[in-house]
Amino acid sequence: MADASAKQVLFEPIFSNNPIALQILGICSALAVTTSMNVTLVMCMAVISVTAFSNLAVSLVRAQIPGSIRIIVQMTIIASLVIVVDQILKAYAYEISKQLSVFVGLIITNCIVMGRAEGFAMKNGPWLSFLDGIGNGLGYSVLLIFVAFFRELLGAGSLFGISLMPVVNEGGWYVPNGLLLLPPSAFFIIGLAIWGLRTWKPEQIEEPDYKMSRHTAKEAF
Amino acid sequence: MEHYISLILKAVFVENMALAFFLGMCTFLAISKKIEAAVGLGIAVVVVLTVTVPVNNLLYNSILREGALEWAGLSNVDLSFLGLLTYIGVIAAIVQIMEMVLDKYIPALYAALGVFLPLITVNCAILGASLFMVERDYTFGESVVYGFGAGLGWALAIVALAGIREKLKYSDVPNGLRGLGITFITVGLMSLGFMSFSGISL
Repeated sequence: MADASAKQVLFEPIFSNNPIALQILGICSALAVTTSMNVTLVMCMAVISVTAFSNLAVSLVRAQIPGSIRIIVQMTIIASLVIVVDQILKAYAYEISKQLSVFVGLIITNCIVMGRAEGFAMKNGPWLSFLDGIGNGLGYSVLLIFVAFFRELLGAGSLFGISLMPVVNEGGWYVPNGLLLLPPSAFFIIGLAIWGLRTWKPEQIEEPDYKMSRHTAKEAF
Repeated sequence: MEHYISLILKAVFVENMALAFFLGMCTFLAISKKIEAAVGLGIAVVVVLTVTVPVNNLLYNSILREGALEWAGLSNVDLSFLGLLTYIGVIAAIVQIMEMVLDKYIPALYAALGVFLPLITVNCAILGASLFMVERDYTFGESVVYGFGAGLGWALAIVALAGIREKLKYSDVPNGLRGLGITFITVGLMSLGFMSFSGISL
């Protein structure tokens, strides 16, 4: 990946190498903050900026970090950036920061940020790392927004808090599906999204397939 | 006493870290292919949570909280914005110390936990428990119980998922859904099951 072009680095993570669907990174927050589009968008912006700038910072100092303490150094950089984001949200978007509660803080342990810092920024130059951060943040956002779109539209009949399908309680015709407001629905939507993505891009199926069939071949037959 | 028992039951079942708050999902999905590995990771999480939550509680109440530095003559200093950095520092340090202590005194346990200990630093369940402790204003005693209960709940969930996945690998799942996709749907169903606990009021 070291000689990848800037465009590839930026767009590859969105569908071909999606952090949530393929790399299994950053799933925790994907589930908890997707009940409404507003909250999701704010969360996505926070994650994109933290990933991009932490990649940039880690990549700038990568030659100076001694290998044995690199995790702690990365953690400190990431935690400082998250504190900045948290303070900005509290100052300018207090309502939304209340709804996000602990999940802004949890960006620190969001594996996307750590994973990209460790896996990409430690080996590549600052500019490419910055783009990689934005790309992975975008990949995360695309899936999150996809989930939030269905959860808010079918669960509450609205988007961005604006009612699109008037619900029965308010004299409309749409009977909202309560399940989609409950946490488990996020799992189902992401599971189905992964199914769809892998049907569209069959090359993503291969690796888990290979692992599974090796197991079954050994133990089942 | 009754208060603590209901707190622990609540932390294990009603507010299960993995299935109700979705914390620690990355490791939850990545290391649940085998029951033995899941048990090892579960124990490590219980131990680390039981230690870090109370330590962070002490730090928060005696240094970071608004007005906590009164004994030093700084009665209106509010350091709570440094919280995130402190908690993650404490967690990373404690995991590191535990690794060294276990390596020296209980090598058998160290060998069993091995790979999982360092992984725990980036497990969001650990940091999440500390943040919930601050948000809910637990006392020191409550934070010990809460840390233990939250860890136990997480361990229970990952062992249960590993059990399901060990059986699931023999089933014929549609191509695109195989692996990660079906695991997501399984966890969704488990989480739906755990939601029935939320009707219990303690």
